[in-house]
Amino acid sequence: MALLRNVPFASILACMVISVISMVFRGRIAKVLSYLLTTVLLAASLALTWYFVQGNDAFVFTMGHFGDPWGNELRAGLLESIMAAAMSLIVLAALAGGSYMIRSEIPDGKKNLFYIMADLMLASVMALIYTNDLFTSYVFIEIATISAGGLTMSRQSGHALASTARYMIMNLVGSGLCLMGITILYGTTGHLLMGSLHSAVQSLFENGSYHLPLMASLILLTVGLSIKSGLFPFHEWLPDTYSYGVTAGSALLSSVISKGYIFLLIKLYTRVFGLEVVRASHICILLFAFGTMGLIVGSLRATQAADIRRMVSYSSIAQIGYIYIALGLGTQEGVIAAVFHMLIHAFGKSMLFLSSGALIQASGGASDFISLRGSARRDIPAGIAFTVGAMSLTGVPLLGGFVSKIYIAQAAIPRGGLYVVIVLLALAASTFLNTLYFLRTVITIYRSDANAEATRHAGPVNSLFLCAMVILNFGLGIASRPLYNALLSGLNMFI
Amino acid sequence: MSASLADHIYEVASVILFGIGFTTLLLDRNLIKKIIGMNIMDTSVYLFLASMGYISGRSAPIGDGTAPSAENIINPVPAGLVLTGIVVSVSVTALMLALTIRLYHRYGTLDIDQIVTLARKGDEP
Repeated sequence: MALLRNVPFASILACMVISVISMVFRGRIAKVLSYLLTTVLLAASLALTWYFVQGNDAFVFTMGHFGDPWGNELRAGLLESIMAAAMSLIVLAALAGGSYMIRSEIPDGKKNLFYIMADLMLASVMALIYTNDLFTSYVFIEIATISAGGLTMSRQSGHALASTARYMIMNLVGSGLCLMGITILYGTTGHLLMGSLHSAVQSLFENGSYHLPLMASLILLTVGLSIKSGLFPFHEWLPDTYSYGVTAGSALLSSVISKGYIFLLIKLYTRVFGLEVVRASHICILLFAFGTMGLIVGSLRATQAADIRRMVSYSSIAQIGYIYIALGLGTQEGVIAAVFHMLIHAFGKSMLFLSSGALIQASGGASDFISLRGSARRDIPAGIAFTVGAMSLTGVPLLGGFVSKIYIAQAAIPRGGLYVVIVLLALAASTFLNTLYFLRTVITIYRSDANAEATRHAGPVNSLFLCAMVILNFGLGIASRPLYNALLSGLNMFI
Repeated sequence: MSASLADHIYEVASVILFGIGFTTLLLDRNLIKKIIGMNIMDTSVYLFLASMGYISGRSAPIGDGTAPSAENIINPVPAGLVLTGIVVSVSVTALMLALTIRLYHRYGTLDIDQIVTLARKGDEP
């Protein structure tokens, strides 16, 4: 079992190596390498999860020969391994389920670049999940930004380039703030590894000394990471980037990269600052308020969208709002609800992006609701996948979205007072709005349209992956209790 | 107060530079100026790191075979972080410049608002 202790480092390294050697290959070989990489990573992460489920404790992988407080470390526990497995599964599903869209959306000779960027993105997300060092996480935040920019601009259209520019600018603002936050924290405590940072921050907080720099770094890191994950007041870059990029790229951006940033934020809150310090800083209230506003604004904008991918993008803003509401509660239950919703949203949203891309392709490349009439009859698996994804995010029982809404409401109840009222009202309002726009879309795609001839571009493999994701979404909803318990023990290991 | 500000002149300067770079990156419409702003912002953080990590009168821990005593050396980690950060910001700058060149070739302007408007108008080549 000692071999499994190398999984965190090996997964990051494998992604890096594959992305570098894909440079010399054509698109087809790069594609096969990416599939191979994600499958191996999925198997390794599942093995690691199994190792922790057996009752083994979390471990630290020391890079080089110096441990805490000098060297550089990776750390793995149950929560990390579940996240890693989920992320590699989503990357595999997005690449395989959207491969024919990649074929038509990216010009020849550039296809391998898309797979290089996907591998690099997986490397950065794995590193964000596993790293125990603040500066390493900054470096991988920037690598994630670069690879996300690459994924979006590989479509080569003017739209995609312009939205990449906006995406990069907002994300660079975010990473600049993160860097400043990390620097101030390092200057105050003299540590970069999360273990020693935690004890240093705790003792500083108890003394009351260096209160201002501590709070400044907390605020800078929070604002930086919430800009990068698309929280409400900073969300303007998001719809354009998600709707004009490559379809599989949008699925990866919304389900993997933004989740990597939020996971890092959760890590900072629980493992570096500690939830008491975060609660005492009142930044939670801000996250809670912005999360609620994002939920409402995102849902309202989604009802107005005239284009299916824009609608799904705006719905992402609303779902990110849910995650930040749960995080803004500032309790352990809130954090677990946030992680749970992250997983549900990641699986549901990647499926929605892929199936809406398939429906667009089945409608001759047009994405407005009039052209989409009857598209679910032309591509039946995509229609089913879209319907199930929409049902999951709306919160229909048996599906994951329903369970995660219950967990968020449950997490709010111990906080009492205004929190419960706001959470329940926001959940009710957003469920109503979700039903409004998803129901309209589902009805539209199933309407009969006599004029259009049957066209279908998806191959059997693509449809197979979409169906697998449908089953997975049902599985997440039905078997939610074991997953919740695993996340709970993972979070206990985490702190 | 003024004495403590003068003591920390490098930190004060770096925070001012950070503000200049940050607002340029966020608010200026010209893409090239945005990239310059980003570089000012990143460099100001490196100045901050370097100035916090330096203690005057001491030198880098480079030994001549004998172990240097702890009173005479400074922590080398901030310098390492600055070098890593420089590499990161160089690669981001390269990507942004490449993107700017592509956008300029396509739209003939560096104004991000104009570029977005032109892209929205749907003049897809």
